Amino acid sequence: MAVPSSIVVVGASLAGLHAARALRGAGYDRSLVLVGAEPHRPYDRPPLSKQVLAGTWEPERTALAGAADDALAVDWRLGVAATGVDLAARTVALADGTSVAWDGLVIATGATPRTLPGAEGRPGVHVLRTLDDCLALRADLDAGPTRVVVVGAGFVGAEVAATCRGRGLDVTLVEPLPVPLGRVLGGVVGDTVAAVHRDQGVDVRLGVGVEAVLGHDRVTGVRLADGTDIACDVVVVGIGVRPATGWLEGSGLPLDDGVVADATCRVAPGVVAAGDVARWAHPGYGERLRVEHWDHAIAQGGHAAATLLAGDGGGEPFAPVPWFWSDQYDRKIMLAGRTAGAEEVRVVEGSLDERRFVALYRRGDRVVAALGMNRPAPLARWRARLAEPVAWDEAVAATA
Amino acid sequence: MRVVVDYDLCESNAVCMAVAPEVFEVRDDDFLYVLDDTPPEALRAKVTEAALRCPKQAITVED
Repeated sequence: MAVPSSIVVVGASLAGLHAARALRGAGYDRSLVLVGAEPHRPYDRPPLSKQVLAGTWEPERTALAGAADDALAVDWRLGVAATGVDLAARTVALADGTSVAWDGLVIATGATPRTLPGAEGRPGVHVLRTLDDCLALRADLDAGPTRVVVVGAGFVGAEVAATCRGRGLDVTLVEPLPVPLGRVLGGVVGDTVAAVHRDQGVDVRLGVGVEAVLGHDRVTGVRLADGTDIACDVVVVGIGVRPATGWLEGSGLPLDDGVVADATCRVAPGVVAAGDVARWAHPGYGERLRVEHWDHAIAQGGHAAATLLAGDGGGEPFAPVPWFWSDQYDRKIMLAGRTAGAEEVRVVEGSLDERRFVALYRRGDRVVAALGMNRPAPLARWRARLAEPVAWDEAVAATA
Repeated sequence: MRVVVDYDLCESNAVCMAVAPEVFEVRDDDFLYVLDDTPPEALRAKVTEAALRCPKQAITVED
């Protein structure tokens, strides 16, 4: 296939920006359109649950596209969502009624937060995904609420709880699972995260869901599944996300909890996908994954761009070791690899009590993941090591 | 090529060390040490990648 005569990137966040940078970096010099539903130029999301929410950073500081990106000669279409794609005509329909033609298409629309049924749009009830979400929540925190209830102790919820405590607010963290982050981190590590929050004065309620949000208009509290009422002025819902594929329904592109791509990140001829929205066939794990991490969006954005330029049938398989970090209080949690299906977790450096440790995850006779709390250097080494199979016995013997 | 780290931003995430261990090292004290702030041209691609992947965008590559 010849070089595409025009490329449209749908999604103007981390994956989309890095796809655009990679396209230009590889010498692609024809039409490049970047479509974003939000009115903002690409910005960095991790600070939204931390520095920006804390009030120590102004939103401008999160800007990702710097002066160097002006040289990318991108036709920005911001503040207008894509509403559909026509594969035969090779066009993307936009919410303003216009459409844009493409010869190559990058799908990078990310994900949207799940909401609590019946609580959508209620004053005082927030999700946190976008800069505008963050500023709305920050305004409510600035008003000095008597208590914030965070629903869901995933990474966003745990970070929001930590930031609210840092602002001196009373916080209740509600999680239906018996341990925070239990699905990802497992019991013992999740217990340690819960202990960190309790030590910081968070009222941690585990193993109980939220049954209802109380109040006629503005929220006045939540009712838990065990019948307990907790009075509060602000609720933050952090119960995960859904890949943003609504605009692709009926297009003929394969959808299954994300847009489905092959090992090279190709979805269909002339179409690739990257970031939170993409479920691709990871050749190393032998299954399709969707990864919602910051670093992954950068890497996959670049990779999908390369696949697009390689033409149909071309491109290299994309086989990264998933990696992320989360900052909560003065603790930095990092995970490299995949904990899914792990049968054993063992602390091999430091201890849970001192809250500075490295834990390894075993599946079969292999190390499948490494988790660090305030141990960045060993995690960097583990991330590199996990690109190849690592025998469990050898790994634990070496650290015993 | 000169490597500059903004230590007010750096949080020792050690991503740079994973990408370019010849230049960046996070030690057991959890601080980042730049082993060579004028690395050879052959390392430009790695150092640029490290700057790109830094979660705090704390690394700048000059010239």
